[in-house]
Amino acid sequence: MTVLDLSRWQFGITTVYHFIFIPLTIGLSLTVACLQTWWLIKKDPVYLRLTKFFGKIFLINFAVGVVTGIVQEFQFGMNWSAYSEFVGNVFGAPLAMEALLAFFMESTFIGLWIFGWNRLSPRLHLAMIWLAAIGTSMSAFFILAANSWMQHPVGYRVVPGTHRVELTSIFALLTNSTALAAWPHVFFASFMVTGAVLIAVSGWHLARKSQVDVFRRAMRIGLAVTLAAGIATAVTGDIQARLMDSQQPMKMAAAEALYNTSDAASFSLFTIGSLNGSTEVWSIRVPYLLSLIATLNPHGTVQGINNVERAYDAKYGAGSYEPIIPVTYWSFRLMVGFGSLAALLAAIGLWLTRRRRIPTSRWFYRIALWALPLPYLASTMGWIFTEMGRQPWTVFGLLTTAQSVSAGVTASSVIISLTTFTLLYAGLAAIAGWLIVRHVKDGAPEEPDGTGPGAGAEEPIPVFSY
Amino acid sequence: MNLATFWFILIAILWSGYFVLEGFDFGVGILLPFLGRDDTERRVMINAIGPVWDGNEVWLLTAGGATFAAFPQWYATMFSGFYLPLLIILVGLIVRGVCFEFRSKVESPRWRANWDRATFAGSALPALLWGVAFANIVRGVPLNAAHVDTGNLLGLLNWYGLLGGLVTLSLFTLHGAIFLGLKTTGELRTRARRAAIGVALAAVPLAAVFLAVTQFSHGKPVTDVTAALAAVALIGAAAAALRGREGWAFLGTAVTLVLAVATLFGDLWPNVMPSSTAAAYSLTVTNASSAHYTLVVMSWVALIFTPIVLGYQSWTYWVFRKRLTGSSIGPAGHAPTTGLEPEHVGGRP
Repeated sequence: MTVLDLSRWQFGITTVYHFIFIPLTIGLSLTVACLQTWWLIKKDPVYLRLTKFFGKIFLINFAVGVVTGIVQEFQFGMNWSAYSEFVGNVFGAPLAMEALLAFFMESTFIGLWIFGWNRLSPRLHLAMIWLAAIGTSMSAFFILAANSWMQHPVGYRVVPGTHRVELTSIFALLTNSTALAAWPHVFFASFMVTGAVLIAVSGWHLARKSQVDVFRRAMRIGLAVTLAAGIATAVTGDIQARLMDSQQPMKMAAAEALYNTSDAASFSLFTIGSLNGSTEVWSIRVPYLLSLIATLNPHGTVQGINNVERAYDAKYGAGSYEPIIPVTYWSFRLMVGFGSLAALLAAIGLWLTRRRRIPTSRWFYRIALWALPLPYLASTMGWIFTEMGRQPWTVFGLLTTAQSVSAGVTASSVIISLTTFTLLYAGLAAIAGWLIVRHVKDGAPEEPDGTGPGAGAEEPIPVFSY
Repeated sequence: MNLATFWFILIAILWSGYFVLEGFDFGVGILLPFLGRDDTERRVMINAIGPVWDGNEVWLLTAGGATFAAFPQWYATMFSGFYLPLLIILVGLIVRGVCFEFRSKVESPRWRANWDRATFAGSALPALLWGVAFANIVRGVPLNAAHVDTGNLLGLLNWYGLLGGLVTLSLFTLHGAIFLGLKTTGELRTRARRAAIGVALAAVPLAAVFLAVTQFSHGKPVTDVTAALAAVALIGAAAAALRGREGWAFLGTAVTLVLAVATLFGDLWPNVMPSSTAAAYSLTVTNASSAHYTLVVMSWVALIFTPIVLGYQSWTYWVFRKRLTGSSIGPAGHAPTTGLEPEHVGGRP
């Protein structure tokens, strides 16, 4: 394998892994903030127990998200130095803003939230988790603005005579239509992940009739959040599809493996075909659906891969501008499929738990647990689709992935880092997963007086500490 | 002063902030297995940096992000050129970053002892390697005409680079020992004070030799002054530590770190990464910087938000200003409850 291949695998592995933890960080921080707010308003100790219980899951998950994020900030320079030189003027700005505006906020206020129980006034302490949660969502916005610029470059100019781009409008970059659609999509998808965690954890306890009063509520919250977020994710994804059709027609065509331009394009749910996706043997198709997704019109024209390829050959010079079609085709379907299934199951769950009902069927709890991976897989597939669908470009229309890789880094160095990160990350996942499962099994302990241990003591005793 | 110079100074400030703040976190991590005699003492040490370490580390991410935005060529050359040392630093920071959270969740002494070792390694390696990296930047690395570093890891492990590494390692350890003296009570505090004096015996001569060699080969009149002041501040810190004046000692090591960074950056200027191959291949403040518009945008962002960040981070230190004792840290993160027993079920009978 070349330095390019190795670097791509490393970026893929570290980024997909990083994003296993990010959706829960985004969704659970806000969920915990809501639970704690609700506790302060209602003074119902159940919400305090939920706050602390899910707060601990949040913190274990947050720790892994933070440390894997450090690698993200560094590896553009380490492995993609040619990319960094080319885009730094533009791409560096949202990254630096993310660090200054969002990272400081989340990490500082998380520390205050963890150690500030009983030390800060209840309201001020509540503000800490809200500020940390807002920080995580802001961080997501800046990183999506940076990524959206790679999908759909705006607010820049290519400097004549040099190999780099320059920022011309930070406002255009931050209000890129691609970013304004991607951020809510990722935000709501994060809540699908969060909802699934609430459902799985609560289901585990309810199946054992443990702490029913606490986890019945968490189950309802989880189901409602998953369904609502599922609908919102679908709506925002639909908006993204039309932007993609106009901004990245190759990606849209690759999502369906549509080789020839069509005026009433159908959407296949499943296809058996040749390995490169160019020949179809058998498929299940929904007529007009692709045209409808891409253009809002059942007879709208969707460009085919071959047609876009010819146009790109003329525009960018002869070459291959196709992504790996089976990867885009299947990642797109699996994203939609896993996400829809999660939302559908949540709708059924809401019905089964209506009016304080607690299902007795063992299947309910099995599915509650087994459905946990669905939103995780959906969001992973979403990222694989959007990043692989942009290939062969890193910055669409401006810089290819092959041109982006570091010049001075040897294959042996990348083999060492790829192996190190993969093993280290696997170890972290195993330990974090084990710790979370262990904590989940312990449940949410009762609060003796509803104000937490240490209340009334001479010196404030922290609720959480290391 | 043009904007590129302003950003050069700002990046120096970000690195100073990073070394002053995460410097004592590293020091506490390095001292953890040695100063903490039992689990409670080690927990006191960890909780002394608990509320702040994560925010301190963001100074590094901001320095990285600011370099990317303001000097893309510098970011590209430095991070790809120092590939393997950065990998080791990243592994250290990753391991250290999960240590505190993971350690507290299980009560087993073996589990905790293993995480303590990991904390030590994850703190000591970056503490050493940051010094190696900065010494080599000042010394110059073999950049070719395309500003690509053609050297390797062994090339960085020259005597000057290693001396720089020992300086940061010993300074951070000293800074951490003094911080622990400020934040703890009783025997742990006494031990931290003794450790500070011991480490100072190594840190003062190492830093003095390093600064003297640096100024001899790369110095300028201005940085001769900052280097001399850094040495004075360090000796002052050691003297204050000896007399038990922890606050002054901490101020002394903090000033030493700031002035040391100022000296190194001052020696670099107007280069950001001098080439040891040919002076014409060096990266400079001018040829590595971003275009004017990006610098203007980022300057406004920095001018507005840096004071806000400083404000809330200072407030954090104010909130957690008290000394910690074994009883004030409460039980560790893992509450030993068994949620399955019937008496724990629900809030109602």
